[in-house]
Amino acid sequence: MTWAAVLVLAAGTYAFRLAGPVLRERLHVSDSVQRLLSLGAVALLAALIAIAAFTDGDGFAGWARPAGVAVGALAALRRLPFVVVVIAAAATTAGLRAAGVP
Amino acid sequence: MRSVDRGLVRDAAALGAAVLMVGISFGALAVAAGVSPWLTVGMSLLVFAGGAQFLAIGVLASGGAAAAAVAGGLLLNARHLPFGLAVSGAIGRSWPARLVGSHLLVDETVAFATAQRDPRRARLAFWTAGLTLFAAWNVGTAIGVLAGQAVGDPAAFGVDAAFPAGLLALLMPSLGDRDARRVAAVGVALALLATPLLPAGLPVLVALAGLVAAGRSGRGGPDAGPGAGLGSGGPR
Repeated sequence: MTWAAVLVLAAGTYAFRLAGPVLRERLHVSDSVQRLLSLGAVALLAALIAIAAFTDGDGFAGWARPAGVAVGALAALRRLPFVVVVIAAAATTAGLRAAGVP
Repeated sequence: MRSVDRGLVRDAAALGAAVLMVGISFGALAVAAGVSPWLTVGMSLLVFAGGAQFLAIGVLASGGAAAAAVAGGLLLNARHLPFGLAVSGAIGRSWPARLVGSHLLVDETVAFATAQRDPRRARLAFWTAGLTLFAAWNVGTAIGVLAGQAVGDPAAFGVDAAFPAGLLALLMPSLGDRDARRVAAVGVALALLATPLLPAGLPVLVALAGLVAAGRSGRGGPDAGPGAGLGSGGPR
């Protein structure tokens, strides 16, 4: 890794990040398009969650992680505090791994 | 400070603790892979995208070229463009807010903003989470660089389950909307199917095709739909 590589990665990433807010102001966005943009963010977040929960590289992550996420999801459905959701998920996965579940 | 805001700080701190641990492991891993300490710290400050940073280091550690590492990282970060379109209202409309806030645009801050109905709260959530996670990521990286090999594997603590679970908790209010549930379900299915086939980053973008499952708008008053607080205000 060189500074040049880091700077290119940083500049490109920042360009992706800044493009949204800048374009959003230039464009005239109707309510229905704004709704699609919001739904798009929901789709992206949902996909990120699923990929992070189930996959590692291009394969299956093993059962410990999705099991932990499932416990966190149950905690969230029961409207438990966010902190509890996060800790319950991590603790479940950590416990399963300690017990030898991959 | 009102109690709701303290709740926001507490929630951001919970995710910040997980980010801190992952930052520590990133710092240790990068140095172990031969990246200089200053470059590792600089990378976390300037790129501030954990997935892309791990990917870039991983490509280099396995003997790949720097160009491949950068291209992989950029592909993974392309999702920030549609994210920015969706949450621009939460970032703010002044140039200073945009220039600084854009750097804080990560999955978790988008999720924090999306979880809010009220535009003012969405902005507060975005910035609270953004500044907390930026601090946690960079302090974590520095600790990891200094601690080096003494750092254990964060997987043993289940940190990798904390992120999807936290994001899911933040996404849940938006999923109360039937259209959002349909779009999310189709998007998730497409993304998971694409994961073995496409390089990292693209499967997430494929999920945008889930928008075909969105019904006609029209039920929507200004208060309807997912992330209702995000786009309001309109361009001036």
